[in-house]
Amino acid sequence: MTGLPWFVGRKLVAMLGTVLVASFVIYGALYLAPGDPAGLLAGGHEMSPAALAAIRAQYHLDDPFLVQYWRWLSGVLTGHLGDSMVVKEPVGSLIGARLVNTVLLVAYAAMLILGLGVLSGILAAVGGKVADAAVTVTTTVLMAAPAFVAAIVLIWIFATKLSWFPVYGSGTGFGDRIHHLTLPAIALSAGYLAYVSRITRAEVRAELTSDHVVAARARGVRRWAVLRKHVLRNAAAPVLAVSGITVAGLFAGTAIAEQAFGVSGLGSLLVQSAARQDLVVVQVLALLLVAAFVLVNMLVDVANAVLDPRLLRAREAG
Amino acid sequence: MSALLEFDRLRVEIPTPVGPRPLLRSVSLSVAAGEAVGLVGESGSGKSMTARSVLGMLPGGSVATGAVRFRGVDIGGLDPAGLRRLRSRDVAMVFQDPRASVNPVRTVGDFLTEVLRERGMSRAAAREKAGGILADIGVDRLAHRLKQRPYELSGGMLQRVVIAAALAGEPALILADEPTTALDVTTQEEVVAILDEQRRQRGTALLFISHDLELATAVCDRIAVMYAGEIVEILPAARLHEDARHPYTKALLKARPGSVPPGERLQTVPGVPQSAIDAPAGCVFADRCPVVEPLCRDTIPVLTAGVACHLEVS
Repeated sequence: MTGLPWFVGRKLVAMLGTVLVASFVIYGALYLAPGDPAGLLAGGHEMSPAALAAIRAQYHLDDPFLVQYWRWLSGVLTGHLGDSMVVKEPVGSLIGARLVNTVLLVAYAAMLILGLGVLSGILAAVGGKVADAAVTVTTTVLMAAPAFVAAIVLIWIFATKLSWFPVYGSGTGFGDRIHHLTLPAIALSAGYLAYVSRITRAEVRAELTSDHVVAARARGVRRWAVLRKHVLRNAAAPVLAVSGITVAGLFAGTAIAEQAFGVSGLGSLLVQSAARQDLVVVQVLALLLVAAFVLVNMLVDVANAVLDPRLLRAREAG
Repeated sequence: MSALLEFDRLRVEIPTPVGPRPLLRSVSLSVAAGEAVGLVGESGSGKSMTARSVLGMLPGGSVATGAVRFRGVDIGGLDPAGLRRLRSRDVAMVFQDPRASVNPVRTVGDFLTEVLRERGMSRAAAREKAGGILADIGVDRLAHRLKQRPYELSGGMLQRVVIAAALAGEPALILADEPTTALDVTTQEEVVAILDEQRRQRGTALLFISHDLELATAVCDRIAVMYAGEIVEILPAARLHEDARHPYTKALLKARPGSVPPGERLQTVPGVPQSAIDAPAGCVFADRCPVVEPLCRDTIPVLTAGVACHLEVS
């Protein structure tokens, strides 16, 4: 069996395996974490041993680890995510309310990273010395500035001084949400954007001097066609691989941007829940982030195999 | 016989912090229409640079004096559009390693039809033409081949595709830069035979670069021997063994495996190969020449009657 369908099939199996292993690690790590869930469930009040025992029985806290894990996993698989231990709300509705914001934020940041990062990288590689120097200086600054510093600077300039964008909140409706998410998306993407720009510049420059590009010029292929069909086409696979991992990693990195701009999303929920030892929420969120990361990675792998069919064969040989 | 291609005292220098250093010292050579000329010499002697100068592809920052003329037109004076026309219509180049010189992620069909399509030929016509040339050079299963990618072909098959692409443009001249060096010995012969046969049938001129004297004499009408950025001797291929006069050519001929009885040590050219940068001020071969005289070290010999050597002229 060969070809793309087989490749995608194997990737899907590997992805499910990864998520399964991750679920075990996440549940196990939080099981081993210090603190007594029963005490937390009691709301911090002093309780009689009998009352604690009743809570433990109600939440099956005395069952063996594997039984507890299995009860949790089958719950997750059938859509029963459980209730938050602290705010006593179903985890599903807690996440559902925030999921849209985070997905929009990540998609927005991903568009900035892919669009501006790749374009500026190409410009630096082929646009001459001045463009190269300008892009290099800009990306160096962006790479050096952490997201929370970028957030403060952006709020100061664009929100308080110029009042172009709101300082705080998530907004309602699509247009308003995008307006609210602009500054967070810039703060979230800046460092990654610079990174992707650098990678793109390096890949494009390497292709520009490669033998097959020299040979294409020697055949009298038009400048623009050489750039598009031989340079950018061949640089696309490695750039896409790096950008894909970067974008997948954004899901886990939204916490800072969401906190700084008061966006109600999954990242801020994860931080809040971890601080409150709300294990039920943390477990589901962690698993969701792993699944999102693995899914984006798989999509990138498949896109890469379409761009460069050698990858299909390399995997089969290996 | 008017020259199709003419190098007229071509000199190429590259500026360095310690002043300009030569890459080619003085190359004078002409190739007639339909003629095959072999350019032989050691690594670093400037063979590839000479071939690339025909396409106007000298290294960035280098300065060329003298001229390379194609059909009487100085290539150094062409604008980008003229240069592109020259590359896509008049002169085709076959590089050493087909694995490196063909874009690995595009199909064989894309590669073969690219330049034809840019000339405005329809997709179907371009594929038909490319397929026809592949068939001429003995490639089977054409429809399948056109869909394959370079990594799915053997080195020899891929070099055939490269030769087919060179022929597809119907050039007047093919530059072949060690076209078989990257291939194994059995496929080498096949690929050279194909190149030789096709260019004879089509009346295409050939500048064949090689460090293999035997191979060059087999396919070429004349042989130009190059050393350290200069052509030191030009002579008909058929008379190479008998008529070689330059000490370097003689040394090269003695260094071939066939020149001594089996079991004996091969002779080598004394010293190490030099490039144009570290060649002496007078005759380029003076440092390694077995019969060197004081005159050779100071004065550059001029290529007269096919040889650039003071001892031969006097």
